[in-house]
Amino acid sequence: MNHGKYRLIIPFLAPALILYTVFVLYPYASAVRNSFYLWRGVSANKTFIGLDNYRKLWDDDNFRTALTHNGQMLIVLPLFTISIAMLFATLFVQGGKGVRGAGFYRVVYFFPQVMSVVIVGVLWQYIYNPNSGILNEALRAVGLGSLARSWLGDASYALWAVAAVVIWQSVGFYMVLFVAGMQSIPFDFYEAARLDGASRFAQYKDITVPLMWENIRVAVIYIAIAALDLFTIVQVMTEGKPNRSSDVVARFMYEQAFTNSQFGYASAIGVVLLILTFILAMIMLVLSRRDRLEF
Amino acid sequence: MSAPPVFTPGPDAPTPGNPETFTEKRRNLLSGESIFGGVSQVVLVIWALMVILPFAWMVMTSFKTDPEIIFSPWSFPDSLQWNNFQRAWDEARIGTYFKNTIIVVSFSVFFTLLVSSMTAYVLARFEFPGSRWLFYLFMAGLMFPVFLALVPLFFVVKDLGMLGTYRGLILVYVAYSLPFSVFFLTGFFKTLPSELAEAAIVDGASHYRVFFGIMLPLAKPGLLAIGIFNVLGQWNQFILPLVLNPDPNNYLLTQGLAFLAIQQGYQNDYSALFAALTITMIPILTVYIIFQRRLEAGLTAGALKG
Repeated sequence: MNHGKYRLIIPFLAPALILYTVFVLYPYASAVRNSFYLWRGVSANKTFIGLDNYRKLWDDDNFRTALTHNGQMLIVLPLFTISIAMLFATLFVQGGKGVRGAGFYRVVYFFPQVMSVVIVGVLWQYIYNPNSGILNEALRAVGLGSLARSWLGDASYALWAVAAVVIWQSVGFYMVLFVAGMQSIPFDFYEAARLDGASRFAQYKDITVPLMWENIRVAVIYIAIAALDLFTIVQVMTEGKPNRSSDVVARFMYEQAFTNSQFGYASAIGVVLLILTFILAMIMLVLSRRDRLEF
Repeated sequence: MSAPPVFTPGPDAPTPGNPETFTEKRRNLLSGESIFGGVSQVVLVIWALMVILPFAWMVMTSFKTDPEIIFSPWSFPDSLQWNNFQRAWDEARIGTYFKNTIIVVSFSVFFTLLVSSMTAYVLARFEFPGSRWLFYLFMAGLMFPVFLALVPLFFVVKDLGMLGTYRGLILVYVAYSLPFSVFFLTGFFKTLPSELAEAAIVDGASHYRVFFGIMLPLAKPGLLAIGIFNVLGQWNQFILPLVLNPDPNNYLLTQGLAFLAIQQGYQNDYSALFAALTITMIPILTVYIIFQRRLEAGLTAGALKG
């Protein structure tokens, strides 16, 4: 089987390795190096300035504002997405495998996840439109007109209005994930608990949640990384406006690089984002470590 | 929870393990809980509406006139304005963006499948020094935020003279699709039986023949799953073209939409914008509905194994 294998291995690996090195690995490495340089505009002139970009970042109020928003998303997005997805998965599975129209719900709930974030962003921009958007129209129609507002134009709501769209788009994906997890729990467990007189809630708390822990943990890490990487939806819906009240780090970085041509500074922002992502993943892996339950 | 034992049967989907007894047991146990089932239905229906309504509204709006959109957003159009689609396609250049997207995505999905299946096959089937290390190197690409790479990537593509070209976008799309595709297909190739390949080698077939003649056809389900995944992912890609494809004449659909959405602020041609949104959604919706099962399995596989 191994006869002449390198004559296959080398040409088979070469295209992937070349593409990956040139377009992925090299740019990442290069970005880290650039973060130590002063590099403005498209000229090739770079001046080594050590950690100055990072010092500047430390004092940059706009960066802090954006970072604070990512921090808020880091809490809000996993909390709501996972709670809602767990609720739906529970209703879906515990309501009998034969909850009527199960196949239909799966198809519908999952759909926003495969939709382009740009379509979703533009669409919700119009749903939130203060005058002719259907959200305010609906509120007025049911007599809650006082709640109608300029959702994306008001600094106190813009970020949360965007967050709601992010949650809306991803809930279905996590529901499908959790349904798969719940259905792999042997039903005998529930039967035994029931014979012992355990209430539904107790069954949920003591069987479902512990056995789903691995899935929930994976979901938290996924959503948290996504919360740090938020870009497209913000860029499309608000561009961080009004007055940076919905800005996030990745978008701020994009602005520094491609609007202000501050390439070194932008790279430093990217590096900080990468380090934060790693720290976050590590913290969550450690904090959420429980004895893995085999079943 | 002590309602009379009424059970309403629903469609039985296959369940892992022991399908028959699993469903039976569940039926018996849940027979006393139709109230719970009723509440489930109400909540599930509400969320289904929350998902469907915005898209339905979008499609409906794309058939209205601009005054109708502004003054009566909830009502149906008086007559279907098919010319919105005409304007979106021609004047708003969605037709050009559509063509560009089709070209880029078809080539890059083809090459993504070719390159990643060759890589995955080698990583799954051959032991050589550094093979595991190489696998992890590809996996690392799943972790990094793409923003970090954007600035140098822009200059790499520019220096290669590929800024704003199809081949530039295609190569970059392939490169950024590799980590997940290699990860997925490596797992897939490991599950395939090796007897056929070994027998062919014994009969004197070359490694190339074995790969293209035996292994690739066997891997069709995996290729299909990752192919659909990449079609959707690359169709929806926004960040990479935003940076690497700066000329408005060559925009891809996602860029074109974002651009159009900003323009509407002062042109007020909302109807063409909504028609453009609908045109962009239709291919995704079609692919999704045809391949829903496979796609769901493929997308969640990454998370479940992760």
